Amino acid sequence: MSTTEIERQWTSRLRKSVVAKLPPDKMLPDTQPAYVASWIYVFGVTTMAALFVVIVTGCILAIDGPVWWHSSSLGHFVNSMHLWAVEIFFFAMVVHLWGKFSMAAWRGGRSLTWVTGAVTFLASILAGFTGYVSQTNFDSQWIATQAKDGINSTGGGAFFNVLNLGQMLMWHIVLLPIAAVVLTGLHVVMVRIKGVVPPFEEKSSEVSA
Amino acid sequence: MSKKPFRPDVDAPEYKGPYAPYDIIKEGTIAVVVVALLTVALAIVFSSPDEKAITIKTWSTAAPVDFAQTALSELNGSSGVAGYGAPYNNGGPSQGWGFLQPEHWLGVHIPINTATDFVLNPLESQPATPSLSAALSQWNSASSSAQTAWTTAYSNASAKMTFSGGEVKVPTTKAGPVPVLINALTQMARSGALDQALVTQKGFYTTNYTKPLLFLSDGAYLGNLADAQHLGGDQWGMMNETGQWPGQAWLWLYTFWYQIPPWSTSASGDFLVWGTMMILTALFILVPFIPGLRSIPRRLKIYRIIWREHYAAQE
Amino acid sequence: MSQGWGLGALVNLDHYGHYLNWHFISISVSNLTVMVLMVVTFVVALFAPFPGRRNRRGSK
Ligand code: HEM
Repeated sequence: MSTTEIERQWTSRLRKSVVAKLPPDKMLPDTQPAYVASWIYVFGVTTMAALFVVIVTGCILAIDGPVWWHSSSLGHFVNSMHLWAVEIFFFAMVVHLWGKFSMAAWRGGRSLTWVTGAVTFLASILAGFTGYVSQTNFDSQWIATQAKDGINSTGGGAFFNVLNLGQMLMWHIVLLPIAAVVLTGLHVVMVRIKGVVPPFEEKSSEVSA
Repeated sequence: MSKKPFRPDVDAPEYKGPYAPYDIIKEGTIAVVVVALLTVALAIVFSSPDEKAITIKTWSTAAPVDFAQTALSELNGSSGVAGYGAPYNNGGPSQGWGFLQPEHWLGVHIPINTATDFVLNPLESQPATPSLSAALSQWNSASSSAQTAWTTAYSNASAKMTFSGGEVKVPTTKAGPVPVLINALTQMARSGALDQALVTQKGFYTTNYTKPLLFLSDGAYLGNLADAQHLGGDQWGMMNETGQWPGQAWLWLYTFWYQIPPWSTSASGDFLVWGTMMILTALFILVPFIPGLRSIPRRLKIYRIIWREHYAAQE
Repeated sequence: MSQGWGLGALVNLDHYGHYLNWHFISISVSNLTVMVLMVVTFVVALFAPFPGRRNRRGSK
């Protein structure tokens, strides 16, 4: 084997480009710039932690199927945890969003970080919504029969039928969680690649781009 | 180094200052523990809502006249679903704006004929009784003008509809088989059989509740229960929850448009609200690229509080 | 009202909600509480001193 053959490998090229873009000490840095000194920075991580708790409690609810929680006090308790983890998730995400907006954290080639964050927000809203219509109780009956009008008016109702419990449940427990996790992964990797956005220059603006 | 002018809302200055130890894994672990404990605490203190689902049985038992009136509207094609249009049928105008008519373009994908799907097919699935069989064959072999004459006669008298002795009664003799059909469907509903018939029309297994939900949504019963819980569309209901729990508060802007004209009054209100939200959502996603919008944080100056130590150290 | 028995909530929220109305605005006390808490959390996060930042000068 020649070295050029190794160099031309898809495998070695992928490894090199990954390591070049995201070397281990950027992926898991042990220091941060000194300006990273505010509680506002913890809300991204808090959002991730809440997403984790949402998924774990959702997995417990999945074990015995979608209507278990109506008849089991343990099930109801797990459902309560799932609901409150979702509330914390959105809560933390909104504070995170306000924080990132206040810092204009899209500067310096970080616009895709903002964009993936915003798309994750939308995916999360859809995940929450499909969860609400998958509750198999009065709430889900009402929300589904109401929400159909909005979605139908866009034409989307032809394919995305909110009255179809099976379809909504699949979206809620398979497709949208995957979307939320993948998007979050991309989002955080982008943050790591670029590093945390530096403060606005206060005195002069002759600094390099 | 680029020679392009520095754009403060797009470009970031290069940071040449000090770094400090920061343990992100420890931070993440603490976050998971704190969130998990908070979740358990909130679940213990506040629990979660679970208002029992209503059924067609509970509806027709609690409000038989409302049910029978709704059944009539499904049979004569005057119900909300019968006149809905796409994606269920061609019974009504689709929503749109100018040349934008996506509902119309995509057409009927979930075909619903309220008379056959909600009334006649379920009745035909019932064990035959002489009077029901006779009524069904009278209806099925009649011309549509005869059917209309019957339902009109029934409907004209239906303001005086009563339910007593387990029977739906309407003072008319000109309604042909309609009184028997409506009464039979009401009996069927009160026995619970209609719940089953509506979901199982396509075979043994089902995970699709489109038909029973649409039928429920045509009656007044479901909407009255929801309004009492402040869940109506004109009550900002989308962000509310049964009981006193917080709801999907993040839908505040979406539900907001439904409260004010022209969105709240337009026949294409849903479409206009969605269109508005899509534009606003695009703006939100694209903030970093929109001049003016992306300068707001620099003008707001909240960043000075966040980075106050950094700026203090620069002095 | 509710069907589940839960592990009996300490604070029972299973009553009709309280709503504040002002012109066309109508909001449940619960949602308002959540929103106010969000703003409070944001403001506290802005102003609360961040710990452990004494040795930051120098170390690069
Ligand atoms: C599932 C939802 C989300 C998760 C789990 C998440 C997580 C994170 C994490 C862990 C960070 C790095 C640490 C930090 O600065 O807080 C971060 C940074 C960032 N997030 Fe999010 N985020 C989410 C949603 C959003 C949303 C909705 C937006 C805005 C639309 C957003 C915009 C940003 C930006 C611009 C940064 C870069 C910060 C910088 O470079 O200083 N994120 N996110």
